[in-house]
Amino acid sequence: MAEEKKSRPAVGLQPEGDVDWSQYRGILVVVEQRDGVAKKVSWQLLGEARRMADKLQAPLMALVLGHQVGHLVKEAFAYGADQVFLSDAPILQDYRTRSYSRVCLQVIREYKPEIVLIGATYTGRDLAGAIATHVPTGLTADCTQLDVDENRLLNATRPAFSEKMVATILCKQFKPQMATARPGVFAALPRDDARSGQVIEIPPQIEESEIGTRVLEFIQERQGINLEDAEVIVAGGRGVGSPEGFRLLQELADVLGGVVGATRPVVEAGWIGHEHQVGQTGSTVRPKLYIAAGISGAVQHVVGMQHSDYIVAINKDPEAPIFSGAHYGIVGDLFEVIPALITAAKARKTTHVS
Amino acid sequence: MLHIAVCIKQVPDSREMRIDPKTNTLIRQGAPAIVNYFDLRGLEAALQLKDEFGARVTVLTMGPPSADKAIKECIAMGADEGILVSDRGFAGADTLATSYVVGQTIDKAGEVWGPVDLVFCGKQTIDGDTGQVGPGVACRLDYEQLTYVEKVESFDPNTREIVVHRHLEDGVERVQAKLPALITALAEMNKPRRASLPGVLRAARYQPIVWTTNDFTDLDRSKIGLRGSPTVVGRSWVPEQKPVNTKILTGDTVNQVAEDLFTALFATELPGKLGWVQEG
Ligand SMILES: Cc1cc2nc3c(=O)[nH]c(=O)nc-3n(C[C@H](O)[C@H](O)[C@H](O)COP(=O)(O)OP(=O)(O)OC[C@H]3O[C@@H](n4cnc5c(N)ncnc54)[C@H](O)[C@@H]3O)c2cc1C
Ligand SMILES: Nc1ncnc2c1ncn2[C@@H]1O[C@H](COP(=O)(O)O)[C@@H](O)[C@H]1O
Repeated sequence: MAEEKKSRPAVGLQPEGDVDWSQYRGILVVVEQRDGVAKKVSWQLLGEARRMADKLQAPLMALVLGHQVGHLVKEAFAYGADQVFLSDAPILQDYRTRSYSRVCLQVIREYKPEIVLIGATYTGRDLAGAIATHVPTGLTADCTQLDVDENRLLNATRPAFSEKMVATILCKQFKPQMATARPGVFAALPRDDARSGQVIEIPPQIEESEIGTRVLEFIQERQGINLEDAEVIVAGGRGVGSPEGFRLLQELADVLGGVVGATRPVVEAGWIGHEHQVGQTGSTVRPKLYIAAGISGAVQHVVGMQHSDYIVAINKDPEAPIFSGAHYGIVGDLFEVIPALITAAKARKTTHVS
Repeated sequence: MLHIAVCIKQVPDSREMRIDPKTNTLIRQGAPAIVNYFDLRGLEAALQLKDEFGARVTVLTMGPPSADKAIKECIAMGADEGILVSDRGFAGADTLATSYVVGQTIDKAGEVWGPVDLVFCGKQTIDGDTGQVGPGVACRLDYEQLTYVEKVESFDPNTREIVVHRHLEDGVERVQAKLPALITALAEMNKPRRASLPGVLRAARYQPIVWTTNDFTDLDRSKIGLRGSPTVVGRSWVPEQKPVNTKILTGDTVNQVAEDLFTALFATELPGKLGWVQEG
């Protein structure tokens, strides 16, 4: 057993003992993409990191990795990077933890950023957790605020305890300091195609034989339900009464150019799929408009939607807690209110026309 | 025989957690402890594989002595053995230190009952809420890492290959992996079974196996507990509740109320942001 342990790659790729942390400079943002299209969160992180890099007077680096993704280098510059690492190889065609984390580690070891930021997407969290363990260093998940202080420490602020509290997490003794941040929290800089900088190619140091996973296929979601990116959500709870009731909500969602959300009990009852669930054990959403119909407003639901720009609550119980966090409340039977909203919305042509 | 480890954590039921208005700290006392919601999905998935292919299922948790209740709950559902890793030395661990101890525990469980082929974790805990422990454990064990899994499509005990569906924002990825592997479970994966009567009877008598720091032969004490945790909480506070000025719309008819709502919404920046157009 002891021998088997030794044969494993050493965890902790950095020298143990005294390390000269002052060599670590600059901020690295790992750019996430699928089929050569970058996730918005990558550019949002670059925007926020630009501000911090200027404060630190240190370079802002971006790492673009994948297969046939060279065109993203230009975009990374346009969104604020000073220096771009490009790792473009067939082995990086699909995201796999081993190959992608290996490339990130190569860059971290060689170019020593003091901060590494990754989008808190499913893929980003998968990757960040692996990298931080290998380095090893501290990682703060799902940050909603990022800043650097006079000691060059990353102040990574995130919600804690079902968003009842907020905490600023520090990583004082290790570098790089790592954090992931959710999509939609930060704003990207306006694209400036005149910007450019140094491009450094990173050949991935990994063989296919070292990777035990294979992506068989990617199935684009049928209904295209993407709560996290949705700008309008019409959500229903037990008050909706049945699977058929959700068709009514879908109709309103369609008219408003949105998607349907749900509470946990209705998902568990099988009225609608799990991918629609909003809340602590579902998705955390930040739409511009959230309409909650027949939802009581339990904290586990509210933590998932409280940061919506506008919340409209429809409930026949005037005492329902959902009203206290809502901007607009309608006390009434949703089976009367929703059809009226559909009619009013249609009259105003709310569906997105671009 | 297939050996499956399931990592669980006992968490306070967040519905019951309150903030002390005077000290602005969290009152955990009185909040009932439950097994983390997602971890039960991992356990159910392990039990399903056990039902189909035969397997030994070991649940484990690093936590306070009172977490033995969580272990017993898993035994009642059908787990074979439960390990409680508990010692003051482990206290104050962040995700890096937790994943180190959990990894060591899985190694040690492998020494006792045969190498662990598959590990299940939850997608995340509802108190720590990071989702970092799973990837950390996979990394330390050098297992294939399969996060955010909503379905185990197939498992072939002969080739030792597993096919899972990973849930991503924009779709589903079918991934094949060679064991040993670590899976983190989403709520979609299954519905945890109820405890069976024999299970409940066994759980009532069952004494979880307790391991302290002294039970590990080559535990690096610089990597555990507070000392092994690179992250520290600098400051924490109760977020200012943005007072929402709730406007209750009252009109004579629902149509009037609906009109009023859209009139109000059209007076905000929403139409511009959402590309809504107003006729006329
Ligand atoms: C660990 C844990 C995690 C959880 N995670 C989540 C989560 O992620 N997301 C989540 O949503 N919940 C979650 N829950 C469950 C949560 O605590 C609540 O039980 C749930 O949010 C309540 O759902 P609801 O509002 O649909 O149902 P109810 O609380 O039953 O509310 C139904 C509401 O509909 C109203 N109503 C009924 N009929 C009508 C009508 N015709 N017109 C208008 N209004 C009507 C009623 O007045 C009532 O207010 C979790 C619970 C636990 C313990
Ligand atoms: N103390 C612990 N003991 C055992 N498993 C844990 C512990 N903490 C976290 N886990 C596992 O790691 C998953 C992710 O936890 P977290 O990173 O805290 O969100 C959980 O769902 C558990 O499966």
